[in-house]
Amino acid sequence: MSKNAIIAGLVVFVIAALFPFWFNIGGTNAAPEIELSAKAKAAKKCVLDKYDMRANHMTILDDWRDSVVRDSDRMYKSTNGKEFEMSLSTGENSCLGCHTDKEKFCDRCHNYASVAPYCWECHTDPKEVTQ
Amino acid sequence: MKKSRKSFLKKSRRSFLKAAGISAVAIGAAPAIKAVAVASGGGSASSIPVVSPKAEALTAKRWGMVIDTSKITDEVVEGVTAACRNAHNIPDFTIEPDAEKYPNTRPAKKMQEIKWIWEEHYQYAFPEMEDEFLAEKYKSLPFLVTCNHCKNAPCVQACPTKATFKREDGIVIMDFHRCIGCRFCMAACPYGSRSFNFRDSRPFIEKINPEFPVRSKGVVEKCNLCAERLAKGEQPACVEASEGAIVVGDLENPESEVRVLLNENYAIRRKQELGTEPSVYYIM
Ligand code: SF4
Ligand code: SF4
Ligand code: SF4
Repeated sequence: MSKNAIIAGLVVFVIAALFPFWFNIGGTNAAPEIELSAKAKAAKKCVLDKYDMRANHMTILDDWRDSVVRDSDRMYKSTNGKEFEMSLSTGENSCLGCHTDKEKFCDRCHNYASVAPYCWECHTDPKEVTQ
Repeated sequence: MKKSRKSFLKKSRRSFLKAAGISAVAIGAAPAIKAVAVASGGGSASSIPVVSPKAEALTAKRWGMVIDTSKITDEVVEGVTAACRNAHNIPDFTIEPDAEKYPNTRPAKKMQEIKWIWEEHYQYAFPEMEDEFLAEKYKSLPFLVTCNHCKNAPCVQACPTKATFKREDGIVIMDFHRCIGCRFCMAACPYGSRSFNFRDSRPFIEKINPEFPVRSKGVVEKCNLCAERLAKGEQPACVEASEGAIVVGDLENPESEVRVLLNENYAIRRKQELGTEPSVYYIM
């Protein structure tokens, strides 16, 4: 009797503990397709290597902000030799200047990862505001 | 069995010693290897990123502004304030928001204002200078007032987060990212040069300029002496629109246009007695 109760309890516990896994089985949770804009594809090199960029773009933006606002240094020469304007959204040589489709590039991944960066409360997507 | 184990040990000890020896040499040689790598690292790519201002940036030791009050007309006031508003996405709470784009926008209180540069009457711009028989013309002339980019800026001293700070070139500027909306700076500024965003301003911006961000609810804002334009080698928006009434330049350079103007004309500053050392001069 008590043995059965223990086993039943264990089964319930395991099922409950694994809830996130079985709940998502069969769901459409495939990693999103990130689409590079034609311009970004043609440029080939970003600020850092692809995987570095994926992991560290927020740190870069943070450093860039301090550099631009505090020291008025606005140009960034990467270790790969390319020059960038340290700006998220203004000008041809900024992040969105090259990654022209924010929805297919930034948003898809942010939505998938369930992060809501508040950059966009103030920074504007040039495509959206010039419509 | 025993024997093979022993030989294995022996072998392993020998290879360990070998590896240790090689490592020791490598450690000793590391600085030399690094030096060679740095020497051959010339060319376009370097091992650390390099940041710099733009080549065309306008610079000064201490930025200042000179406003020629005789050239300020109602048209100039209108042109100047509009230029600054458009350049910096400053909301205008008197306009009707676009109902399609911003549905359910709460109507704005008409007295609400965000001001970077605005028209002021003489008696409010220079309250301590109220002479009994002041020339009549000053009572009706429009004056333009903005942030004075004070040398001893009380707003900078009051800001607990260093969101407001003084750049080395004298511009008092804000890092909107850091502002927590405590409004200490507004209480500290004796000129009312700062405004607080009580609400999302997007619906009240007629046409958003993609060259400058908008602000989120809960931050303070003010004139930034067009730091983003100076960085590109452009004159401030108000200077361009002022038909010669406003000039900016280096106060520390005796040859600069502002210093020449100050040398040749009688000019005053707002509330000088407070010791804030404003960098905006008015030619009377
Ligand atoms: S005018 Fe006001 S906001 Fe501008 S620097 Fe002086 S104290 Fe600060
Ligand atoms: S409102 Fe913002 S800028 Fe003003 S004192 Fe507070 S944190 Fe600083
Ligand atoms: S200097 Fe720039 S920010 Fe300041 S009032 Fe003039 S246009 Fe506006």
